[in-house]
Amino acid sequence: MHTETAHSHEAMLFEEREFGFWIYLMSDAIIFSLLFATYAVMRHATAGGPGAADIMELPTAAIETALLLLASVTFGMAAVALEDKRRNAILVWLGISFLLGAGFLGMEIHEFIGLIAEGASPQRSGYLSSFFVLVGTHGAHVTAGLVWIATAVAQLMRTGPTEAFAARFKRLGLFWHFLDIVWIGIFSIVYLPGVLQ
Amino acid sequence: MSTMSDHARTMRNDYFKGFGLAVLLTVVPFALTAGGWLSPTHALLAIAALAVVQIAVHMIYFLHLDLRAVTDEKIVMLAFTGIILFLMVGGSLWVMFDLGARMM
Repeated sequence: MHTETAHSHEAMLFEEREFGFWIYLMSDAIIFSLLFATYAVMRHATAGGPGAADIMELPTAAIETALLLLASVTFGMAAVALEDKRRNAILVWLGISFLLGAGFLGMEIHEFIGLIAEGASPQRSGYLSSFFVLVGTHGAHVTAGLVWIATAVAQLMRTGPTEAFAARFKRLGLFWHFLDIVWIGIFSIVYLPGVLQ
Repeated sequence: MSTMSDHARTMRNDYFKGFGLAVLLTVVPFALTAGGWLSPTHALLAIAALAVVQIAVHMIYFLHLDLRAVTDEKIVMLAFTGIILFLMVGGSLWVMFDLGARMM
């Protein structure tokens, strides 16, 4: 009886934390939306420098999109493995998600370095500032996600798939999938319209 | 895979379903951009509409947001976020584009 109430108390705590995490995600959604709005306002403020059509490349955007979407579904496979507490399968899928996320980040950094080398750096114009802030903020979130996946792997190896691990894993999943949603906005508002015009 | 429980299998199939829809909803806007079959304005409208659908697909299949089973607190949270977004994003764009038009 005592352990049962202790257990349900713990479950309630995890639910509260998940709700709190949702509130954080929504506040993050507001930040990103305002960065999108800033980008839209700055769209033509190129100050004679390179504009969207000059700096966007469709193949790069397509590969980045594919990497992030695959990282989302491989994370889902880790969640499926957690359902049956298959520890090694969770580790493998988390590892694959980490590598896909790292691949995405590597491409983005490579893209940024290339742009800066061509003179399309953030200080060149209001347009480029808003581009780097928006896409860079998303990249910073992916970096945080990678650190979090690494800590999840460490925790899983130490404690195994406990309730506490599962609760944290669930919040990590919300974060990871949320980043993919932000990316939908980025390719739909930044990359595709940039290539179209 | 033989050790997989029924619940895990349902979950996996949901992820696959979501992934399939997401791939379709991503490939179409990229193809529209690369192919140039539509006028830019129509292509932009199609991209925007597909993005909204894809966000809904991700919310349902990846973030497991079930609107039939969601708590009141979550509804309030989502609605409040929606109102803030509408006011701040809509307001910013309205004011700034109006200003832009007046400065022409």
